[in-house]
Amino acid sequence: MQLFPCPFCGWRDEREFLFIAEAGKERPDTTQKISDEDWARYLHSIRNDKGAVREVWMHLTCGELFILERDSVTMEVIGSIALRKDAA
Amino acid sequence: MTRYSGWKLFKEGLRGHKGWAQAWRTPKLKPEYDAVIVGGGGHGLATAYYLAKNHKITNVAVIEKGWLGGGNTGRNTTVIRSNYFYPESADLYDMSVRLYEGLSKDLNYNIMFSQRGMIVTAHSEPEMEMAARQVNAMHLNGVDAEFLDAKQVKRAEPALNTRSDMRYPIHGGVLQKRAGTGRHDAVAWGFARAADQLGVDIIQNCEVTDVILEGGRCAGVVTSLGEVRASMVGAAAAGHSSTIAKMAGFELPIESYALQAFVSEPLKPVLKTVVLCPPFGTYVSQSDKGGLVIGGGLDRVPSYGQRGNLPMQEAVLSGLAEMMPSLAKVKLLRHWGGIVDVTPDSSPIIGPSGVDGLYVNCGWGTGGFKAIPVGGYLLAHVMATGTHHNVSRPFDLTRFISGRLVDESAASGIAH
Amino acid sequence: MTSHRVSGASGAPLKFTFDGKPYTGMEGDTLASALLANGVRVMGRSFKYHRPRGPWSAWVDDPNAIMTVRKGAVELPNCPATTTYLENGMNAKAVNAYPSAAFDIKGGLDLFHRWLGAGFYYKTFIWPNWHLFEPAIRKMAGLGHVTDKVLDGYSADQIHDSCEVLIIGGGPAGLAAARAAAEAGLNACLVEDHKSLGGGALLEQTIEGHAPTEWVAAHAQAITEAGGRIFTHATAYGIYDHQLVAIIENGSFGTAPRLRRMRANRIVLATGALDRPITFTNNDRPGIMSVTGACTYLAQHKVLVGRQITLVSNNSYADAAEAMLSAAGAEITRIAPTVGPIKAIGLKTPVALTQHDRTHPVDTILASGGQTPLVHLWRHAGGKLTWCDARQAFLPDSNPVNMVAVGAANGTFEMEPALEEARTVGKGDPSERAETQYHLTPLWPSPGSEGRQWIDFQHDVTLKDIELAARENYVSVEHLKRYTTLGMASDQGKTSNMAGLAAMATIQNRLIPEVGTTTFRPPFVPVPIEIYHGHHKSKHWHPVKRLALEAEHRAAGAALGEYGGWLRPAWYGTGGMAARVPDEVRMARASAGIFDASPLGKIEVMGPDAEAFVNFIYYNTITTLAPGRIRYGFMLSEGGVVYDDGVVARLGPERFLISCSSSHVDGVRTHLEAWRQDGNDPDRIFVHDTTQHWATITVTGPIARDIMAALDLQTDISKDAPPHMSFLETIWQDTPVRIARVSFSGDLSFEVSIRRSRAQDLWQALMKAGTPLGAGPLGLEAMAVMRAEKGYIMIGKDTDGETMPHDLGFTAPRDKKSTAFVGDRSLHMAVANDPDRKQLVGLSVSAGDAMLPIGAHVVVGAIRQRSLGYVTSSYVSPTLERPIALALVEKGASRMGETVNVWHLGETREAVISSPVFFDPDGKRLHA
Repeated sequence: MQLFPCPFCGWRDEREFLFIAEAGKERPDTTQKISDEDWARYLHSIRNDKGAVREVWMHLTCGELFILERDSVTMEVIGSIALRKDAA
Repeated sequence: MTRYSGWKLFKEGLRGHKGWAQAWRTPKLKPEYDAVIVGGGGHGLATAYYLAKNHKITNVAVIEKGWLGGGNTGRNTTVIRSNYFYPESADLYDMSVRLYEGLSKDLNYNIMFSQRGMIVTAHSEPEMEMAARQVNAMHLNGVDAEFLDAKQVKRAEPALNTRSDMRYPIHGGVLQKRAGTGRHDAVAWGFARAADQLGVDIIQNCEVTDVILEGGRCAGVVTSLGEVRASMVGAAAAGHSSTIAKMAGFELPIESYALQAFVSEPLKPVLKTVVLCPPFGTYVSQSDKGGLVIGGGLDRVPSYGQRGNLPMQEAVLSGLAEMMPSLAKVKLLRHWGGIVDVTPDSSPIIGPSGVDGLYVNCGWGTGGFKAIPVGGYLLAHVMATGTHHNVSRPFDLTRFISGRLVDESAASGIAH
Repeated sequence: MTSHRVSGASGAPLKFTFDGKPYTGMEGDTLASALLANGVRVMGRSFKYHRPRGPWSAWVDDPNAIMTVRKGAVELPNCPATTTYLENGMNAKAVNAYPSAAFDIKGGLDLFHRWLGAGFYYKTFIWPNWHLFEPAIRKMAGLGHVTDKVLDGYSADQIHDSCEVLIIGGGPAGLAAARAAAEAGLNACLVEDHKSLGGGALLEQTIEGHAPTEWVAAHAQAITEAGGRIFTHATAYGIYDHQLVAIIENGSFGTAPRLRRMRANRIVLATGALDRPITFTNNDRPGIMSVTGACTYLAQHKVLVGRQITLVSNNSYADAAEAMLSAAGAEITRIAPTVGPIKAIGLKTPVALTQHDRTHPVDTILASGGQTPLVHLWRHAGGKLTWCDARQAFLPDSNPVNMVAVGAANGTFEMEPALEEARTVGKGDPSERAETQYHLTPLWPSPGSEGRQWIDFQHDVTLKDIELAARENYVSVEHLKRYTTLGMASDQGKTSNMAGLAAMATIQNRLIPEVGTTTFRPPFVPVPIEIYHGHHKSKHWHPVKRLALEAEHRAAGAALGEYGGWLRPAWYGTGGMAARVPDEVRMARASAGIFDASPLGKIEVMGPDAEAFVNFIYYNTITTLAPGRIRYGFMLSEGGVVYDDGVVARLGPERFLISCSSSHVDGVRTHLEAWRQDGNDPDRIFVHDTTQHWATITVTGPIARDIMAALDLQTDISKDAPPHMSFLETIWQDTPVRIARVSFSGDLSFEVSIRRSRAQDLWQALMKAGTPLGAGPLGLEAMAVMRAEKGYIMIGKDTDGETMPHDLGFTAPRDKKSTAFVGDRSLHMAVANDPDRKQLVGLSVSAGDAMLPIGAHVVVGAIRQRSLGYVTSSYVSPTLERPIALALVEKGASRMGETVNVWHLGETREAVISSPVFFDPDGKRLHA
């Protein structure tokens, strides 16, 4: 059972968290023309890095999204920051 | 190579088993091959075997960073089945079951395919309706299936809890009789031995560190033992496929997760079939050695951590105790984790990678073992001929651009 | 009797049987020590050859003495005799032996051993078919038999715990470390797997000048007095991520153990070391035991395992053992196994040991091939190992985070340096591994030697099997393990792995560390599945959600069923579903039905950016929705697939109420939160799930307005207002209520929501008003029929994971909506434009025919029929008095009026494709 740090609630049991996505992906402006390839890249492409990763997680019990940095091999948690710009 | 048979075993027994040949050689890596397969698991070894056997391409190296069969081939719950909904999936997995049916003889290696049947239970009337949809689809796909009521389920697998006051009472289920289990290591070893005999070089303890690209074409790989050139490279690296793709400059829609499995102490026969109870998230069978082999869902956290984690253990094993309460007293002997490569539609990717000369076979997720023969067969086909086999065409990487996914969970009414 | 109890033993007598024969043991005995005290040696049979076996050791490293134990109504398979504490009235039976361990009818299998070596089954049973041989082989394999009985009250506790320092192992090093930690003011916990503390301390003459028992007691007392906690009969069996230690706490026989999930800031591993067996001819015979095992039986149980003992050891550890055993009255001969091969003579017990043509008469052989530190947990935590030539063992190397090994587990085999190291580490200071006086002459299996020499006792893996594996190139340590089954027995290789990999190293002319070890996997000792089960049991396994009105429904005779995780009324009254559901439909169509719709999602979205946000979330255009109005729509995934359907009401300029499927509430909330915070300014939008706060009762039917009027609401609704698809907030009996004019039945409907605490009052008021007018409670099954008559879909039932909104006939936003929305671009991918998409249709059969089975497929083709789609909903409509069905069918919308074949379990019928709307297609009744 891993412990993740919610930037608002502190360290909590992994079962309170939901993996949302890898961090850093921007939704294309769909009011503009987007190629099938670009849209597919947005939908499906994943870095799936081995080692240090940056991910968006939700702390289900408080509902806040945040960025979690951790190591996908050793499970070491590097840190977390709120997704909100003003809190970061 | 010595041909295996009961008679040969008898003779060798009399002379201390001194006459058995190596199951496979330990060859030196050559600087150039016609084809290089990255990954010495079941799929990679099968690819090499079928390249040699079906396409007479024998100047082939299989490059494995650890020991052959050491990835998911040696870490799964050994289930073989083809109880799929969509014709594309059924064609793929049933071809695999048919290959498995003849595999021990084909490879001259007993892989112990035990067609003991697999039951997927249904626990409510809506689930029974889904089960009917599934059985009908399987029949239309040309795959055997039986629609069972609660009594028939109990008869087929007496250890199941069929009390009506259980949390999710069993209403019935779907039985595929041709499904079953195989001896996972033996599949890898059998393919390795047969491929080796056809001239394939199996290079263990050799890690691929880069992909050689020349003019946008893949021309070989760099390994910890040096460069190897080949006009075609097939990657069958399961959970580590993303790493190989990165070396070649593209991304795969694959996420890696740990999948755990468990085995109990050995018991005298207590289970007849393979049973999956979806609401409990657990499936179980009994190995020929007597251990209960137990599996469940993916971990909640994407990772490359090849080990167990308590939350999923509690979910899977408490599910088993609910399915079969009399087995709650049985002791667990060990548990382990494999890294599985999960695609957005949980179907595999087979075929060209988009980089000339580089082909991929990955994305099997939780179910790669049952597809080893067909995965190898189809990758060999596309590598040798340059075109898809009809069965592999729907599983091309380009489906993520067209959106033509083959998502089995879609058929079960589970929206994304 | 060779083994026997020595004088000075005291303890209450305990009666038990083994293989049917009665014996008496003593309080504190294990099954193994009690049997040894009674002179019993043969306690089991090996897995493959059914060779007689006695205990090799006195604790968890014994692979041999495995028993099925019954006491009263409880029978447990595969209990190790060495770790099962004796209780009065136990009946033990050796597994894998019939009729007894001493006389096993399958013992003759050993004669065929030359054909049953490693991996023999891979080379044969190929013709004609594995299935011919498998049943017989399965029966031969396996150890104990598990009964089909569910044990009463066998229910594990599971608790969370934490501490600053967890010390694993209550031997001398563990006790010293725990005391140092506790006395340094740390929150310390000590875990010991025996019932009593002491471990290796008890094998000493004195320890720091004290008698061992006094030393142990003093330390235990000091630990407790300093605030430390001690858990005995508890085993730390696994270390998981972020220093979570799984501890099994055992109780008496047949009671479920407890799982303690201990989160420790720091872990001190003081798990000790094991004696390695020596590989020699017939080294598997009963009466050949580990030196430490024999000393433990003597120290802990006052059992001397033999009278004429040959002590075979290559290390300095055996000196103290010799003194201890001879002081207890045994005649000891020392043999150096390193100077020439040895061989045991004797079948069920050794009678002699030969070396260099010399024969030593014996009744017991004690062996130690060196000490192997117990580093399993170290490896679980990700710690590395290093090979130590001087100790001929793998020792803990670089530390996993916050973990240190001390004492014998760290290769510090002597008492004084071990204690010093333990105290330093216990306080939290760093410690260097001490120099050691311990010495041994390397002694490993000699491949090529004569006779049968066992490596894995339980699984019958011999040195020849290792040689065969090497010959066949199964040389990787994992291949070796898997090909020969070395180390896969119930002791998980504690006795066998080192010998096996050393043998492979010798054969290949490599060093042991080059061969490496297999992975150490949890659990360290077998643990019952129940420990993971705990309270996740029966009704506590994903517990159902309950309605505020459950008591009312029960009083009204509801048949309750589970729908989307909620326990809801399926129908009311007696007569069964087949009779009651049509009656309820007819009632609701004729007068009115009163329906508990509380589980329906009620998620509020508020704030200055709420309008744009909801417009982005929904497929449908929401910006044009006026306050007080309601719109039906879809939420899509980014893949363009319909994720949920429902209505959205606009409560005000900056306030929306999203009504989603009851089973999707959590998912929709997450979906909304994710989009709100990722891509929007979360300070300008607020999402609040109020589903559980409101109870919702729907009144539906032609006289619904009359019933509502009787409520005497603050707002008059007896006239035309509010119109269909509008929303109203008003007051009933001083309580705010919300009224939504939406309909899932196709009839005039009012969805009335009130705070949960007043649900019963509202229900009773509606029933009181409705009953005289012929209305009554309406169950979910009847509602499902009524909505199907109208062609209204149920998400996940009439849609699947490929359904896009235009497949359901909702095309306008896809073509016209100009602002971005979730899933928009996917609606124009190649797959979305495929002409052969499955579309929602109705299926009709003749009035007298049976209804179409749900799950049946619509097919074309004569030889290999191809599925065009499937029946998703099917009922006999009480309103239309004929069967109706909904289906998803390829190009369905263009097939209206077409007769198709419907295939179900081998039978084919005909049906006609029609509009999915069977009843009131113009919607007149909605506005009645």
